[in-house]
Amino acid sequence: MTTTTAPRFNLFWFSSPQTFYPLAGRLIPWFIGLAVVLGLVGLYISFLAAPTDATQGESYRIIFIHVPAAWMSMFLYVVMAFWAALGLAFNTRLSSMMATAIAPTGALMTFLALWTGSLWGRPTWGAYWVWDARLTSELILLFLYLGFIALQAAIDDRRRADKAGAVLAIIGVINVPIIYFSVKWWNTLHQGASVSVKGSTMATTMLWGMLIMALAFWMYSIAAVLYRVRTIILERERRADWVRELVARERLK
Amino acid sequence: MTWGSWEAFWSMGGYALFVWGSYAMALAVLATEIWQLRTRRRAAEIEAKRESERARSSA
Repeated sequence: MTTTTAPRFNLFWFSSPQTFYPLAGRLIPWFIGLAVVLGLVGLYISFLAAPTDATQGESYRIIFIHVPAAWMSMFLYVVMAFWAALGLAFNTRLSSMMATAIAPTGALMTFLALWTGSLWGRPTWGAYWVWDARLTSELILLFLYLGFIALQAAIDDRRRADKAGAVLAIIGVINVPIIYFSVKWWNTLHQGASVSVKGSTMATTMLWGMLIMALAFWMYSIAAVLYRVRTIILERERRADWVRELVARERLK
Repeated sequence: MTWGSWEAFWSMGGYALFVWGSYAMALAVLATEIWQLRTRRRAAEIEAKRESERARSSA
Protein backbone atom coordinates (compact mmCIF):
# COMPACT_ATOMS: atom_id res chain seq x y z
CA MET A 1 0.00 0.00 0.00
CA THR A 2 1.38 3.36 -0.93
CA THR A 3 0.03 6.51 0.55
CA THR A 4 1.19 10.04 0.20
CA THR A 5 0.95 11.56 3.62
CA ALA A 6 1.77 15.11 4.51
CA PRO A 7 5.02 15.12 6.45
CA ARG A 8 4.82 15.75 10.17
CA PHE A 9 6.17 19.08 11.23
CA ASN A 10 9.85 18.97 11.90
CA LEU A 11 12.75 21.25 11.23
CA PHE A 12 14.43 18.84 8.86
CA TRP A 13 11.41 19.11 6.58
CA PHE A 14 12.25 22.78 6.00
CA SER A 15 15.95 22.08 5.72
CA SER A 16 15.43 20.83 2.18
CA PRO A 17 15.85 23.56 -0.45
CA GLN A 18 12.78 22.27 -2.25
CA THR A 19 10.45 22.97 0.67
CA PHE A 20 12.22 26.08 1.86
CA TYR A 21 12.07 27.77 -1.54
CA PRO A 22 8.29 28.41 -1.63
CA LEU A 23 8.18 29.08 2.14
CA ALA A 24 10.81 31.82 1.85
CA GLY A 25 8.93 33.22 -1.12
CA ARG A 26 5.80 33.61 0.98
CA LEU A 27 7.68 35.15 3.93
CA ILE A 28 9.61 37.85 2.01
CA PRO A 29 6.68 40.31 1.47
CA TRP A 30 5.95 40.30 5.21
CA PHE A 31 9.50 41.20 6.12
CA ILE A 32 9.62 43.91 3.46
CA GLY A 33 6.37 45.36 4.81
CA LEU A 34 7.68 45.34 8.38
CA ALA A 35 10.97 46.92 7.30
CA VAL A 36 9.20 49.74 5.45
CA VAL A 37 6.75 50.53 8.28
CA LEU A 38 9.42 50.36 11.00
CA GLY A 39 11.81 52.37 8.81
CA LEU A 40 9.29 55.17 8.34
CA VAL A 41 8.47 55.30 12.07
CA GLY A 42 12.19 55.21 12.83
CA LEU A 43 12.94 58.08 10.44
CA TYR A 44 10.09 60.10 11.91
CA ILE A 45 11.55 59.70 15.39
CA SER A 46 15.12 60.30 14.15
CA PHE A 47 14.40 63.65 12.53
CA LEU A 48 11.18 64.99 14.02
CA ALA A 49 10.45 63.52 17.44
CA ALA A 50 13.96 63.24 18.89
CA PRO A 51 15.27 66.47 20.41
CA THR A 52 18.64 68.10 19.73
CA ASP A 53 21.43 66.59 21.81
CA ALA A 54 22.72 68.84 24.58
CA THR A 55 26.43 68.24 23.87
CA GLN A 56 26.62 67.03 20.25
CA GLY A 57 23.93 69.16 18.64
CA GLU A 58 22.38 67.61 15.52
CA SER A 59 25.40 65.48 14.60
CA TYR A 60 24.23 62.78 17.01
CA ARG A 61 21.36 61.93 14.60
CA ILE A 62 23.87 59.67 12.82
CA ILE A 63 23.32 57.28 15.73
CA PHE A 64 20.00 56.14 14.24
CA ILE A 65 21.80 54.37 11.42
CA HIS A 66 25.23 53.89 12.93
CA VAL A 67 24.20 51.73 15.88
CA PRO A 68 21.62 49.59 14.01
CA ALA A 69 24.15 48.95 11.21
CA ALA A 70 26.87 48.07 13.73
CA TRP A 71 24.57 45.73 15.65
CA MET A 72 23.46 43.98 12.46
CA SER A 73 27.06 43.65 11.26
CA MET A 74 27.95 41.62 14.36
CA PHE A 75 24.65 39.75 14.64
CA LEU A 76 24.66 38.70 10.98
CA TYR A 77 28.21 37.41 11.34
CA VAL A 78 27.21 35.15 14.23
CA VAL A 79 24.17 33.89 12.30
CA MET A 80 26.35 33.31 9.22
CA ALA A 81 28.89 31.33 11.25
CA PHE A 82 26.06 29.34 12.86
CA TRP A 83 24.64 28.23 9.49
CA ALA A 84 28.13 27.60 8.15
CA ALA A 85 28.94 25.38 11.14
CA LEU A 86 25.66 23.50 10.75
CA GLY A 87 26.43 22.94 7.08
CA LEU A 88 29.90 21.72 7.94
CA ALA A 89 28.68 19.36 10.68
CA PHE A 90 25.59 17.89 9.03
CA ASN A 91 26.35 18.49 5.36
CA THR A 92 22.94 20.07 4.89
CA ARG A 93 22.87 21.97 1.63
CA LEU A 94 20.50 24.71 2.76
CA SER A 95 22.59 25.64 5.80
CA SER A 96 25.61 26.41 3.65
CA MET A 97 23.47 28.36 1.21
CA MET A 98 22.14 30.44 4.12
CA ALA A 99 25.69 31.31 5.18
CA THR A 100 26.57 32.29 1.62
CA ALA A 101 23.41 34.40 1.37
CA ILE A 102 24.11 36.30 4.60
CA ALA A 103 27.68 37.39 3.79
CA PRO A 104 26.96 40.25 1.31
CA THR A 105 24.30 41.83 3.54
CA GLY A 106 26.63 41.51 6.54
CA ALA A 107 29.47 43.12 4.62
CA LEU A 108 27.25 46.04 3.58
CA MET A 109 26.11 46.57 7.19
CA THR A 110 29.73 46.56 8.34
CA PHE A 111 30.68 49.06 5.64
CA LEU A 112 27.76 51.28 6.65
CA ALA A 113 28.75 51.13 10.33
CA LEU A 114 32.31 52.17 9.43
CA TRP A 115 31.21 54.92 7.04
CA THR A 116 28.69 56.51 9.41
CA GLY A 117 31.09 56.10 12.31
CA SER A 118 33.74 57.95 10.35
CA LEU A 119 31.34 60.79 9.55
CA TRP A 120 30.35 60.94 13.20
CA GLY A 121 33.93 60.76 14.43
CA ARG A 122 35.03 63.82 12.48
CA PRO A 123 32.78 66.38 14.28
CA THR A 124 33.00 64.67 17.70
CA TRP A 125 36.64 63.51 17.87
CA GLY A 126 38.16 65.65 15.13
CA ALA A 127 39.23 62.65 13.03
CA TYR A 128 37.56 60.48 10.40
CA TRP A 129 39.60 57.50 11.45
CA VAL A 130 41.75 56.43 14.40
CA TRP A 131 43.41 53.05 14.96
CA ASP A 132 41.28 52.47 18.01
CA ALA A 133 40.38 48.95 19.22
CA ARG A 134 36.68 49.27 18.37
CA LEU A 135 37.26 50.74 14.91
CA THR A 136 40.06 48.34 14.05
CA SER A 137 38.14 45.22 15.11
CA GLU A 138 35.11 46.39 13.10
CA LEU A 139 37.39 46.86 10.08
CA ILE A 140 38.65 43.30 10.59
CA LEU A 141 35.00 42.18 10.55
CA LEU A 142 34.63 43.75 7.10
CA PHE A 143 37.74 41.87 5.93
CA LEU A 144 36.32 38.62 7.35
CA TYR A 145 33.11 39.07 5.36
CA LEU A 146 35.02 39.98 2.20
CA GLY A 147 37.44 37.09 2.77
CA PHE A 148 34.53 34.67 3.13
CA ILE A 149 32.95 35.92 -0.10
CA ALA A 150 36.25 35.87 -2.01
CA LEU A 151 37.22 32.42 -0.73
CA GLN A 152 33.89 30.91 -1.76
CA ALA A 153 34.08 32.61 -5.14
CA ALA A 154 37.59 31.29 -5.75
CA ILE A 155 36.68 27.60 -5.34
CA ASP A 156 34.79 26.00 -8.21
CA ASP A 157 33.58 22.90 -6.35
CA ARG A 158 30.53 24.11 -4.38
CA ARG A 159 30.90 21.62 -1.54
CA ARG A 160 34.53 22.46 -1.04
CA ALA A 161 33.77 26.18 -1.25
CA ASP A 162 31.12 25.74 1.45
CA LYS A 163 33.53 23.86 3.70
CA ALA A 164 36.42 26.28 3.28
CA GLY A 165 34.10 29.24 3.88
CA ALA A 166 32.67 27.58 6.98
CA VAL A 167 36.11 27.13 8.53
CA LEU A 168 36.92 30.79 7.93
CA ALA A 169 33.53 31.93 9.27
CA ILE A 170 33.87 29.83 12.43
CA ILE A 171 37.39 31.02 13.21
CA GLY A 172 36.31 34.61 12.61
CA VAL A 173 33.59 34.43 15.26
CA ILE A 174 36.28 35.17 17.86
CA ASN A 175 36.33 38.73 16.49
CA VAL A 176 32.70 39.44 17.45
CA PRO A 177 33.15 39.47 21.25
CA ILE A 178 36.38 41.41 20.68
CA ILE A 179 34.41 44.13 18.88
CA TYR A 180 31.69 44.13 21.50
CA PHE A 181 33.95 44.27 24.55
CA SER A 182 36.72 46.35 22.96
CA VAL A 183 35.38 49.50 24.57
CA LYS A 184 35.72 47.86 27.99
CA TRP A 185 38.96 45.95 27.51
CA TRP A 186 40.96 48.77 26.00
CA ASN A 187 41.10 52.46 26.60
CA THR A 188 39.35 53.49 23.42
CA LEU A 189 38.25 56.75 21.92
CA HIS A 190 34.96 55.12 21.02
CA GLN A 191 32.34 55.54 23.72
CA GLY A 192 31.05 52.60 25.74
CA ALA A 193 27.75 50.84 25.11
CA SER A 194 24.75 53.16 25.35
CA VAL A 195 22.42 50.23 25.85
CA SER A 196 23.10 47.21 28.04
CA VAL A 197 21.17 44.77 30.18
CA LYS A 198 21.50 47.18 33.08
CA GLY A 199 19.64 49.86 31.20
CA SER A 200 20.32 52.79 28.95
CA THR A 201 22.14 56.07 29.31
CA MET A 202 20.12 57.73 26.55
CA ALA A 203 17.02 59.92 26.52
CA THR A 204 13.89 57.81 26.02
CA THR A 205 12.88 59.20 22.62
CA MET A 206 16.41 58.75 21.24
CA LEU A 207 16.53 55.21 22.59
CA TRP A 208 13.19 54.33 20.99
CA GLY A 209 14.28 55.80 17.68
CA MET A 210 17.44 53.70 17.75
CA LEU A 211 15.64 50.48 18.72
CA ILE A 212 12.95 50.90 16.05
CA MET A 213 15.58 51.64 13.41
CA ALA A 214 17.49 48.55 14.56
CA LEU A 215 14.31 46.47 14.11
CA ALA A 216 13.82 47.97 10.64
CA PHE A 217 17.41 47.04 9.69
CA TRP A 218 16.80 43.55 11.09
CA MET A 219 13.62 43.00 9.07
CA TYR A 220 15.32 44.36 5.94
CA SER A 221 18.25 42.00 6.44
CA ILE A 222 15.95 38.99 6.79
CA ALA A 223 14.10 39.96 3.60
CA ALA A 224 17.36 40.49 1.68
CA VAL A 225 18.88 37.22 2.91
CA LEU A 226 15.74 35.19 2.10
CA TYR A 227 15.60 36.76 -1.35
CA ARG A 228 19.26 35.97 -1.97
CA VAL A 229 19.04 32.42 -0.64
CA ARG A 230 16.14 31.70 -3.04
CA THR A 231 18.33 32.88 -5.91
CA ILE A 232 21.20 30.71 -4.70
CA ILE A 233 18.87 27.70 -4.42
CA LEU A 234 17.73 28.31 -7.98
CA GLU A 235 21.32 28.68 -9.23
CA ARG A 236 22.52 25.49 -7.59
CA GLU A 237 19.44 23.31 -8.12
CA ARG A 238 18.52 24.44 -11.63
CA ARG A 239 18.95 20.91 -12.92
CA ALA A 240 16.74 19.37 -10.21
CA ASP A 241 13.35 17.91 -11.08
CA TRP A 242 11.48 20.11 -8.66
CA VAL A 243 12.84 23.27 -10.32
CA ARG A 244 11.79 21.94 -13.74
CA GLU A 245 8.35 21.28 -12.34
CA LEU A 246 8.11 24.85 -11.03
CA VAL A 247 9.20 26.17 -14.42
CA ALA A 248 6.60 24.01 -16.18
CA ARG A 249 3.86 25.26 -13.83
CA GLU A 250 5.20 28.84 -14.06
CA ARG A 251 5.50 28.93 -10.28
CA LEU A 252 9.13 29.98 -10.12
CA LYS A 253 8.24 33.28 -8.47
CA MET B 1 10.27 69.00 16.77
CA THR B 2 11.99 72.35 16.60
CA TRP B 3 13.16 72.88 13.03
CA GLY B 4 11.10 75.97 12.25
CA SER B 5 12.13 76.05 8.57
CA TRP B 6 13.29 73.71 5.81
CA GLU B 7 16.54 75.59 5.73
CA ALA B 8 17.19 74.80 9.36
CA PHE B 9 16.28 71.17 8.70
CA TRP B 10 18.69 70.78 5.78
CA SER B 11 21.55 72.53 7.56
CA MET B 12 21.32 70.16 10.57
CA GLY B 13 22.79 72.75 12.90
CA GLY B 14 25.94 72.96 10.76
CA TYR B 15 26.43 69.18 10.56
CA ALA B 16 24.70 68.75 7.20
CA LEU B 17 27.69 67.05 5.53
CA PHE B 18 28.02 64.45 8.29
CA VAL B 19 24.35 63.73 8.94
CA TRP B 20 23.22 63.71 5.30
CA GLY B 21 26.42 61.98 4.22
CA SER B 22 25.48 59.12 6.54
CA TYR B 23 21.85 58.88 5.51
CA ALA B 24 22.68 59.22 1.80
CA MET B 25 25.20 56.38 2.04
CA ALA B 26 22.64 54.21 3.86
CA LEU B 27 20.21 54.83 1.02
CA ALA B 28 22.87 54.16 -1.62
CA VAL B 29 23.87 50.88 0.06
CA LEU B 30 20.26 49.69 0.24
CA ALA B 31 19.58 50.69 -3.38
CA THR B 32 22.71 48.92 -4.59
CA GLU B 33 21.91 45.73 -2.73
CA ILE B 34 18.31 45.66 -3.94
CA TRP B 35 19.44 46.25 -7.53
CA GLN B 36 22.07 43.52 -7.21
CA LEU B 37 19.53 41.10 -5.71
CA ARG B 38 17.09 41.63 -8.57
CA THR B 39 19.72 41.34 -11.31
CA ARG B 40 21.08 38.09 -9.92
CA ARG B 41 17.58 36.75 -9.43
CA ARG B 42 16.56 37.50 -13.00
CA ALA B 43 19.69 35.80 -14.34
CA ALA B 44 18.99 32.70 -12.21
CA GLU B 45 15.40 32.53 -13.46
CA ILE B 46 16.49 32.75 -17.09
CA GLU B 47 19.13 30.06 -16.50
CA ALA B 48 16.60 27.74 -14.79
CA LYS B 49 14.16 28.12 -17.69
CA ARG B 50 16.91 27.48 -20.23
CA GLU B 51 17.95 24.36 -18.30
CA SER B 52 14.36 23.05 -18.36
CA GLU B 53 14.06 23.56 -22.08
CA ARG B 54 17.38 21.83 -22.69
CA ALA B 55 16.15 18.85 -20.65
CA ARG B 56 12.85 18.75 -22.52
CA SER B 57 14.43 18.90 -25.97
CA SER B 58 16.96 16.20 -25.20
CA ALA B 59 14.35 13.86 -23.69
